[in-house]
Amino acid sequence: MTDSKYFTTTKKGEIFELKAELNSDKKEKKKEAVKKVIASMTVGKDVSALFPDVVNCMQTDNLELKKLVYLYLMNYAKSQPDMAIMAVNTFVKDCEDPNPLIRALAVRTMGCIRVDKITEYLCEPLRKCLKDEDPYVRKTAAVCVAKLHDINAQLVEDQGFLDTLKDLISDSNPMVVANAVAALSEIAESHPNSNLLDLNPQSINKLLTALNECTEWGQIFILDCLANYTPRDDRESQSICERVTPRLSHANSAVVLSAVKVLMKFMEMLPKDLDYYGTLLKKLAPPLVTLLSAEPELQYVALRNINLIVQKRPEILKHEMKVFFVKYNDPIYVKLEKLDIMIRLASQANIAQVLAELKEYATEVDVDFVRKAVRAIGRCAIKVEQSAERCVSTLLDLIQTKVNYVVQEAIVVIKDIFRKYPNKYESVIATLCENLDSLDEPEARAAMIWIVGEYAERIDNADELLESFLEGFHDESTQVQLQLLTAIVKLFLKKPTETQELVQQVLSLATQDSDNPDLRDRGYIYWRLLSTDPVAAKEVVLAEKPLISEETDLIEPTLLEELICHIGTLASVYHKPPSAFVEGSRGVMHKRLPLGGDIGGSPAMGAGFGAAPAVMPASLNAPVGGGLGDLFDLGGGVGMPMGAYIPPKTVWLPAMKAKGLEISGTFARRAGVIQMELVLTNKAMSVMTDFAIQFNRNSFGLAPAGPLQVLTPLGPNQTIEVSLPLSTVGPVMKMDPLNNLQVAVKNNIDVFYFSCQYPISMLFVEDGKMERQVFLATWKDIPNDNESQFQIQDCHLNSASNKLQGSNIFTIAKRTVEGQDMLYMSIKLSNGIWVLAELKVQAGNPNYTVMLNKSKYISSLRFFQ
Amino acid sequence: MNFIHVLQCPLCRVVLISRNYMGNMDMNEVDHFMPIMMRMEEDADSSPLVTHGSAHFLWIKHRNLYLVAMTKKNANAALVYSFLYKMVEVFKEYFKELEEESIRDNFVTVYELMDEVMDFGFPQTTDSKILQEYITQQGHKLDVGAPRPPATVTNAVSWRSEGIKYRKNEVFMDVIESVNLLVSATGSVLRSEIVGSIKLKVVLSGMPELRLGLNDKVLFEITGREKSKTVELEDVKFHQCVRLSRFENDRTISFIPPDGESELMSYRLNTTVKPLIWIESVIEKFSHSRVEIKVKARSQFKSRSTANNVAIMVPVPSDADSPKFKTSTGSCKYLPEKSVVQWNIKSFPGGKEYMMRAHFGLPSVESTELEGRRPITVNFEIPYFTVSGIQVRYLKIIEKSGYEALPWVRYITQSGDYQLRTN
Repeated sequence: MTDSKYFTTTKKGEIFELKAELNSDKKEKKKEAVKKVIASMTVGKDVSALFPDVVNCMQTDNLELKKLVYLYLMNYAKSQPDMAIMAVNTFVKDCEDPNPLIRALAVRTMGCIRVDKITEYLCEPLRKCLKDEDPYVRKTAAVCVAKLHDINAQLVEDQGFLDTLKDLISDSNPMVVANAVAALSEIAESHPNSNLLDLNPQSINKLLTALNECTEWGQIFILDCLANYTPRDDRESQSICERVTPRLSHANSAVVLSAVKVLMKFMEMLPKDLDYYGTLLKKLAPPLVTLLSAEPELQYVALRNINLIVQKRPEILKHEMKVFFVKYNDPIYVKLEKLDIMIRLASQANIAQVLAELKEYATEVDVDFVRKAVRAIGRCAIKVEQSAERCVSTLLDLIQTKVNYVVQEAIVVIKDIFRKYPNKYESVIATLCENLDSLDEPEARAAMIWIVGEYAERIDNADELLESFLEGFHDESTQVQLQLLTAIVKLFLKKPTETQELVQQVLSLATQDSDNPDLRDRGYIYWRLLSTDPVAAKEVVLAEKPLISEETDLIEPTLLEELICHIGTLASVYHKPPSAFVEGSRGVMHKRLPLGGDIGGSPAMGAGFGAAPAVMPASLNAPVGGGLGDLFDLGGGVGMPMGAYIPPKTVWLPAMKAKGLEISGTFARRAGVIQMELVLTNKAMSVMTDFAIQFNRNSFGLAPAGPLQVLTPLGPNQTIEVSLPLSTVGPVMKMDPLNNLQVAVKNNIDVFYFSCQYPISMLFVEDGKMERQVFLATWKDIPNDNESQFQIQDCHLNSASNKLQGSNIFTIAKRTVEGQDMLYMSIKLSNGIWVLAELKVQAGNPNYTVMLNKSKYISSLRFFQ
Repeated sequence: MNFIHVLQCPLCRVVLISRNYMGNMDMNEVDHFMPIMMRMEEDADSSPLVTHGSAHFLWIKHRNLYLVAMTKKNANAALVYSFLYKMVEVFKEYFKELEEESIRDNFVTVYELMDEVMDFGFPQTTDSKILQEYITQQGHKLDVGAPRPPATVTNAVSWRSEGIKYRKNEVFMDVIESVNLLVSATGSVLRSEIVGSIKLKVVLSGMPELRLGLNDKVLFEITGREKSKTVELEDVKFHQCVRLSRFENDRTISFIPPDGESELMSYRLNTTVKPLIWIESVIEKFSHSRVEIKVKARSQFKSRSTANNVAIMVPVPSDADSPKFKTSTGSCKYLPEKSVVQWNIKSFPGGKEYMMRAHFGLPSVESTELEGRRPITVNFEIPYFTVSGIQVRYLKIIEKSGYEALPWVRYITQSGDYQLRTN
């Protein structure tokens, strides 16, 4: 006997009949009736009229029947909110049933009933279930919190469920932990700044322990959650990576991809010279390759992600070209993705193999695939210069096949090759011209016309060829028309005598007979240029073209970094940020990679204002430097700490100018790292979030070495102190005054600009002590023009030398001449310029002479105060 | 992740059964799915991920059913596909075959399962053996022993129940290696790969601890034994039950096995081995008259092994007719529906070479449709043999009751994706 018979009752008055059966005294008949109701619901009939009758069956001792009634409730409660209240009592009762299966069922179903009135009654049972002795009930209750939050967030917060949920992360049962993590992540998604998943080394440790024990799905929740964490330093990062790598051996592809996401993100923080970094790189390749043996849909997801990984870290898969070779029975979407990755991996080492494959693909039958293969050959030529010749000859072979779309595609890419390698392959033009008639696609026609125009002087019958296109000028697409106009003008400038008539004709076609404004405008511009100043026209039209770059379709670095943080998700498949396709996700934080362990290693970081908070590893901030400072302090015994000179904080940006944000700060050099120390104060009424910072180009190439580390939102009247490490590898532009720095700070409200001046001493590097001999020699070589003198008052000489050394100003020699103490000093700036100084001291009124080489600027050495 | 889970039959274009895991989505959105699929089919286009408005559909196809997940968020796509395939597995375990009829016949159980395997878009328990312990196809009375959630559901060992008993304790292991091969038309090997799999059939009582020893190169290097032949496993994937961190640490494969049949592990090797069966072919097409095919097959493994059920599929033009064959051994069949000649050799010992000739007529009017150059594919299996040389050195079985259990091991090598491109 099967259930299918329930689908067959289609008699008249069905609802009426069912109603009678539902109210029957016989249990068996009742159950049959409910099954019929569910069957009708399944095929899409509206059986909501039976609501009270079905709910009446809810109090049953039959589990199957109970489940069916619950199912019915989930479907229709929303349409019958008033009657749904009737069910509340049973739910509450079921939540106390001795059988955990029933308790869990009740709490699971209650959460799916999206009726406000009911949710209030839900709280008490849910609170109990969250503390239930049975883990099966607890894990179900954990998810229920997320459901409730989706219906009424305020209620969940007021009832303190979030805290209970956080407690469950420490539950003894791994499934409960996994569901709690999943629920919290889901809730956190709608509260981007709530700091709900308060991840710290302790909680991370708990998660990593649960990771070993929970189901495959639980492992995915935990890994996805881990990916949101930013370790404090490279050591923590490494230890997490070590505990995540075993997941790469999991049979479930989704677990593997989530593990890859965590590793790709945390790797960013590992110094590249670390042995472990190399080990990790090697470990990533095999599992990625194995993903290609999964089901085609999973292969597709894997390939889209590999495409990102290859762009971010090409070294991982550079030896794995062959696994991306296309198989005959691959689905087309897999084939196209593989092709894309093949081109990305193409290099001089493997180009021969790649070309042989591409040539093979170009003779397949699937038109889209063939086109892409032909295009790929062109991209190889542009990418790997050594292969260009072979690529061109392969393309010529393909043109000989005379297969229409192959020829057209080939001509489009050959145009690009011409642009990349001018004056190299023009010998093939004759072959191209033979195929002029077969071109029927606008892109191919435009490409061919461009070639004819560009090389008009080498094509004897260029005028005839272009004239032939001109006949049907008005039937062509805009792309072709514009190209034709330009090509004929080029031809005219090259061979003015024979083509006057032709150019007249095209200009009049473009300006008088066309109603396309782009075409008309371009026509007029050419016309005027030609009639007023033919020489200028030549300079404009025949100007040298910039070379095209190798990789044309790379994903923009900030987007790429965000996508790496979304490995495995739809965003990584679409290659779009979630905000581009998820409704209501505006304002959600963009995920970012953490900052690299080697400063300046990723110049893309912090470029562009999409940059939002990632955390700067604390290790750079100074434990080492602090220790050294203490040592000096002990030895020096002077009133001032012996570290580098730090000017007091000044207000850089008053609150009035920045909608309530006040920024004050200073600069310091700690443990060899330049720090910009900022104090942000929120003097406005609303919360500020999403801080980011950017510098304008400046004299010493100062640039933020990482994003601004403001993790928690800044509430009204709150103040936060942030240290921003700076690097000196940014773009350089001479400023006036020299040490002026223009800064832009962004938050959720607006972007603000201010400028400040940093002490030059900040740029003095630690290895600025010059050898005596070198010093003498250099001193003599400095031309007098570069010398300057000025005086400093009220200096205390005794401690000068020591203090100066703290600021990386090194005393090379000291002598006394005519009752004056002379100190000779050297300083090296971060951009490699040396400053040599002579300090003359006369009875407490020191006279300071500064001399420097190569640079013309005058340092305002203000360390003496 | 919020998804509804829909099973859909393409012919009647009807949603067979569906479940809305997050209440905030309109069920009717799914109506857009089929039209999109139809349109894509017309354009000979295909993508496992389609979009309509803000809804994203992730689908897989099983026989004539579509399993569609729908979401409006940035869901974990890998998880979704992997879950959908898991669903197929669960349904197959329950109903033998997943098809329209089995869904209709068991819709109550299907609803129960859908309720249990996922909650609010989070996959929960998907192990069918465990599910079968508390979701059965019979109704239950609550008072008389209604099922409780087995402790297994939430245990760290979520794949094996306690209290299993057998009279005779045994473990059967199958070591199966599939050879994937891709050879270019010019006869050079483009890719050769071995995908191995170790399958278990466990008939053991209680909660046994198993330890599997393989001649794994890395392990031998750690322990300093180098005398015997070892295998370098490129990438190993394990069943949920294997302690991954233990393997990562000291390459020990230790686990509490699931009861009954399961795949314990799979591995991949990229070592280029001599293609086991080498094919040389000449396919000459004389337009408007005939096609002549010459195929030479050579077995390149040791003569004491034998390949069984060898089938060599040679593509022929779809409009070919009047086939004639001549073979040195085995028999030939023309399969017009696939446009191939299938050459069957029941038993193919190592180190032998066989020939086949085929002749087809071609119509004088040529079809305008362009045909792809399909590859020759080969199927075979070689028992008692592994290409990689992998060996099970031991399988230790320890159970606290202390029973003796016997492990049985079988080796087999078979063809995987074995393709040789033609001219």
